Amino acid sequence: MKVLSSVLLSVVLAMVASIAQAQLTIEISQGMDNPTAIAIAPFAWQGNGAQPEDVAAVVDSDLARSGQFVPIARTDMLSRPTAQADVFYRDWRAIEAEYLLIGRVSKANNELRIEYDLFDVLRQTIVDSGAETGPASTARMMSHRVADAVYEKLTGVPGAFATRLLYISVTRVPGGKDYSRLTMSDSDGANPVVLLETSEPLLGPTWSPDAKSIAYVSFETGRPAIYRQELSTGRREQLTNFKGLNSAPAWSPDGKTMAMVLSKDGSPDIYLMDLATKQLKRITRHYAIDTEPAWMPDGNSLLFTSDRGGKPQIYRYDLRNGSTERLTFEGTYNARARVAQDGRNVVMVHQQDGRFHIALLDLVTNRTHVLTTTQLDESPSIAPNGSMVLYATKAGDRGILAGVSVDGGVKFRLPAREGDVREPAWSPYLSR
Amino acid sequence: MKHLPVAGKAITLLLTAVLLVACGTTQEEKDAAAAAAAAAAAAQAAQEAQESAAAANAIATVEQARLEEAAAALGNVFYFEYDSTNLTPEALAALDAHIAVLQTSTEDVRLQGHTDERGTREYNLALGEGRAISVRDYMVANGIESFRIETISYGEESPVAYGSGDGNWAQNRRVVLE
Repeated sequence: MKVLSSVLLSVVLAMVASIAQAQLTIEISQGMDNPTAIAIAPFAWQGNGAQPEDVAAVVDSDLARSGQFVPIARTDMLSRPTAQADVFYRDWRAIEAEYLLIGRVSKANNELRIEYDLFDVLRQTIVDSGAETGPASTARMMSHRVADAVYEKLTGVPGAFATRLLYISVTRVPGGKDYSRLTMSDSDGANPVVLLETSEPLLGPTWSPDAKSIAYVSFETGRPAIYRQELSTGRREQLTNFKGLNSAPAWSPDGKTMAMVLSKDGSPDIYLMDLATKQLKRITRHYAIDTEPAWMPDGNSLLFTSDRGGKPQIYRYDLRNGSTERLTFEGTYNARARVAQDGRNVVMVHQQDGRFHIALLDLVTNRTHVLTTTQLDESPSIAPNGSMVLYATKAGDRGILAGVSVDGGVKFRLPAREGDVREPAWSPYLSR
Repeated sequence: MKHLPVAGKAITLLLTAVLLVACGTTQEEKDAAAAAAAAAAAAQAAQEAQESAAAANAIATVEQARLEEAAAALGNVFYFEYDSTNLTPEALAALDAHIAVLQTSTEDVRLQGHTDERGTREYNLALGEGRAISVRDYMVANGIESFRIETISYGEESPVAYGSGDGNWAQNRRVVLE
């Protein structure tokens, strides 16, 4: 009876946990010194029933999270125009808005259309107009695309709001095995979808360069193995089942090769797997720990972590000539590099005074800049536009996700309602 | 219990021999009696050997129990220093006790390597494996066949103490023998 009730309890716990899944919310903790004031008026809804998404609210929250904008509260607006003819610049100058975004949402059959106009309040001119169309079910992603367009128009850098995240959340089961979930959400934590649940550890989620597949490490068979999973079909393939470590999968930029860590030949080394033939090629041969491979965007070299010098440091392996060079010399612990699309900025875990921070290594100047001030920061992942870094840290005893701009000026947190959240992986740009 | 049928057979042979000797008339019968007596003696010797082996087994069982108890008292978890795969003197003492037990059996063991939460997850997977391998290598050096030992690393993914701080971290830097 006791056994039965404890089994029931764990089933109930799992169900409760499943319902109260780790939805993330955003708290901005530090913005830029002189953010741009933008007013985003509520978009007009031209359709039956309720508007499927408050487009203006999504754009507002995206721009606020960038730290580069400070959206003006709706309650402060003197008018709420939805068409260019209704815009009176004095209403917006009066509340010190530098820019104004208005828009309209309509629906024909099941297709949603979002039109928007962006105005420069000081110059009293329209600076951009555009439209997004798509199935009504994708209203939120379409709203993020509007935010991307506004962000690019005003900063000159493409936005990365219409992207997704992968992360691992863990629910502690007292007296039992922790429950792990691999979740995919929008870049702001909305629309979480659980892709995999298991009572064994999950780690290392990563994206294919086309953002159509993912790879990760699961201990679900009682041993670690690397899996790849197609997002549209859910089709899963176990790529490795070697003795020892099977970890740290990293897709090559052309999508054809998977870098990974195996210890089947003795010590942890970096291998490349041809995804078509499953043939393996060993890249490093050292009795020390070699792990955490990350591709340079040109696909010609890989960064990895090695403690061959006594402590973990970042090294670069050149695939063209087989040479290895050490890249980090500041500090006694530099690990888990991720490279921005520009091939210049590298984010990594950096230890300073016994604390683990996220740092940025500039490959041109070779200088290291520490970006975070909390103390157990890990798993940095950089946005496809190179502007923001998401990472895992601790708040109290719980694991949470947090974000920081690459210049360290903007900070936000994405706490989950319950459980530990870790290992964020920011998607590449999504194809439409 | 296995020795009973053999003992039964020996007694039967013995009785036959005694009967034959008592009746004893022809040379053939004498030869047969001698052969039977020899067989009986051999059977008896076998029985005695078996009994002494059983006694030795009983002693071994007691000894095994004593070794197991000693190993259990020291625990099946071996702790490590930060970012280290070296076996501490305490770990070696506990490990020696387990090796003594394993030398008297053919059981397989699984060594789970773990780390504390500091440092990156992948590096910690490698570090946890290094710890399990340190334990395995020491066991192999002390006569435990390597094919009996499986190692698996959980890195920092499976802590026993959830909080941060030295006390919790020390509990999590471990290899568990099971």
